[in-house]
Amino acid sequence: MSPESYLYLSAVLFGLGAVGVLTRRNAIVVLMCVELMLNAANLAFVVFSRMHNGLDGQVFAFFIMVVAAAEVVVGLAIVMTAFRDRRSSSIDDANLLRH
Amino acid sequence: MLSESAAWLIVAYPALGAAVLLLGGRRTDRWGHYLGVATVLAAFIVGLSATLGQTGLAPDQRVQHTPLFTWLSVGELRVDVRLLLDPLSLTFVLLITGVGALIHIYSVAYLADDPRRRRFFGYLNLFVAAMLLLVLADDFVVLFIGWEGVGLASYLLIGFWQHKPAAAVAAKKAFVVNRVGDLGLLVAMMLMVGAFGSLDFDTVFAAAGSNGGTATAIGLLLLLAACGKSAQLPLQSWLLDAMEGPTPVSALIHAATMVTAGVYLITRSHEIYAAAPDARLAVALVGAATLLFGAIIGCAKYDIKQALAASTMSQIGYMMLAAGLGAAGYVLAITHLVVHGFFKAGLFLGAGSVMHAMHDEVDMRRYGALRAALPATFVTFGAGYLAIIGVPPFSGFFTKDPIIEVAFGTGGPLGLVLGTAALAGAGLTAFYMTRVLLLTFFGPRRWARQTHPHESPPTMLVPMVVLALGSAGAGLLLWLGGRMAGWLAPVLGEPVEAGTPHAAWGWTALVLSVVAAGVAVAWLQHARPTRQAGSWLVRAARRDLYGDAFNEAVVMRPGRALASWLAGPAERDLDRAVTGVGGTVARGAAVLRTAQTGYVRGYALWVFGGATLLIAAFLVGW
Repeated sequence: MSPESYLYLSAVLFGLGAVGVLTRRNAIVVLMCVELMLNAANLAFVVFSRMHNGLDGQVFAFFIMVVAAAEVVVGLAIVMTAFRDRRSSSIDDANLLRH
Repeated sequence: MLSESAAWLIVAYPALGAAVLLLGGRRTDRWGHYLGVATVLAAFIVGLSATLGQTGLAPDQRVQHTPLFTWLSVGELRVDVRLLLDPLSLTFVLLITGVGALIHIYSVAYLADDPRRRRFFGYLNLFVAAMLLLVLADDFVVLFIGWEGVGLASYLLIGFWQHKPAAAVAAKKAFVVNRVGDLGLLVAMMLMVGAFGSLDFDTVFAAAGSNGGTATAIGLLLLLAACGKSAQLPLQSWLLDAMEGPTPVSALIHAATMVTAGVYLITRSHEIYAAAPDARLAVALVGAATLLFGAIIGCAKYDIKQALAASTMSQIGYMMLAAGLGAAGYVLAITHLVVHGFFKAGLFLGAGSVMHAMHDEVDMRRYGALRAALPATFVTFGAGYLAIIGVPPFSGFFTKDPIIEVAFGTGGPLGLVLGTAALAGAGLTAFYMTRVLLLTFFGPRRWARQTHPHESPPTMLVPMVVLALGSAGAGLLLWLGGRMAGWLAPVLGEPVEAGTPHAAWGWTALVLSVVAAGVAVAWLQHARPTRQAGSWLVRAARRDLYGDAFNEAVVMRPGRALASWLAGPAERDLDRAVTGVGGTVARGAAVLRTAQTGYVRGYALWVFGGATLLIAAFLVGW
């Protein structure tokens, strides 16, 4: 199978994630969609690494995993706090800063 | 003996005093005035030791430049901050710090009841520091700093009693009129940079000699600057109003600091005037006109301080006239300035003492017969009086008499005009000073029954006594053996004999008889009860010879009309432009505000849109 196929897969995954972020209201689901986008990016990096015979892409993928893990920890903590505060995990309710 | 490298201390002491007093706030209220006196005394001691050091040197070594630091260096122009110690600047240093210290001591008692006394001493120190910087500067930029500092300090001091509207107005007037003069100095400096590429005294003076046209322009502009500071025609109007300030300020402005700055500037720039005879003639004419102008005003004023202020204007006119007469006159101008510093300070402090006794009454019509109540003030004031009208051997005689002789000695119709003006001025001086003396100390008492005049405290009397001794003796001391001329020779050149035929005794007799006539006329007039109405000249003189009316008609009203004419369209169009810009921004903001929904998904969409646009741009190959 040629590497380009993986790139198409990555694009599809990224698009799915993006649509999820833009359309879903539940904060948990939005975070999962962000993870999906990050993984799509990771896949693209690994494919590029393979295509160019270098390890740079793989290293980037590792970094993204670490950052993503950190982000999820902080993001989930925020979501939990917000949920405890207002019994809702809808991100549309969290627009207090506008006022 | 202090070396000349300590010269910066002369300026630094009073500057430090001003900084401590003005920044220290109320914490310094209790001892601030002593610090003010101490810093000026310290500056006097440094100046005195520098002067003694110079008297021990050969005349050609008496000009010392002491570099401090490089201030700015722009292209060709390089401004070093250097101090210039030479006989001329040291003479001024001694006058400023010596007379200034006496005035400081006097002020301790004079303002004892003023809650803002500490601030007053801060301003006084600032005044002295600025004036010292002015006279010690070695180039026009540093001189200009001192020049502006003096203007600022005079503004603060004239308006010191700011709760009086008249004082606030007088301070503003002094400041504004001085700005007109400052403009002259600024433009002169620009001309120097343009023509000679330097503002250094030595360079400018050397270059001016070979360029008569530029020298004339610079000379006239410097004259304008001098007119502002020294209250000469046509910029004289601020001086009489400046009497609104506390009396020690008047003494300081009139005797030691501000008004002497113009004479200093002209004398310091004498090499420019040597190359510009026309500008020098203008100086002499301005001086002659002002000395008559001031003397006539002095004859009609009933306010004792205003009469003395008019007298200052007139005496400075003598100095300007002398300076305008060239080589023979510079030494006379400076010597007259020094002795005038003594007797005018003494007269003002005496007037302050009288006001102190009379509960701040300044109208001489309510004085009279004070010589018994204030004997010490009477004696010291009397010494100043004899000095200013030029009775030998009091100091004024040794300077005013030669100025008149040199003016006549110019020769030709010009000499006749200048000499007659100076001679008439001497008679008028005798008249108005006798009038002041008679109205104040002689005649029937005209004060209210509940007034109990009392002599001033010793802190005020001691400076007055010292100044009276100076008024009496300084002229003879400086004149003996051409001492002043010899001392100033390294700066002003070897003394030149006046062109008068050596029938000097004849001239002296003429001058003295004119003075005697002035005294006699005043005596006769005031032996009778004072008449209220006067001739048209008296009425005009009482209104400062319509100087204010002239300024108002010629400068203020047209200026205001022009400004409002210019302001109309400017305000309309500017308003439209400014509100237009503001309105556009506001409307734009209203549009953009709708984008701020507060929904995370909305912002995410913006991010995606932006990223997509960027990628698209890359793909298209922008």
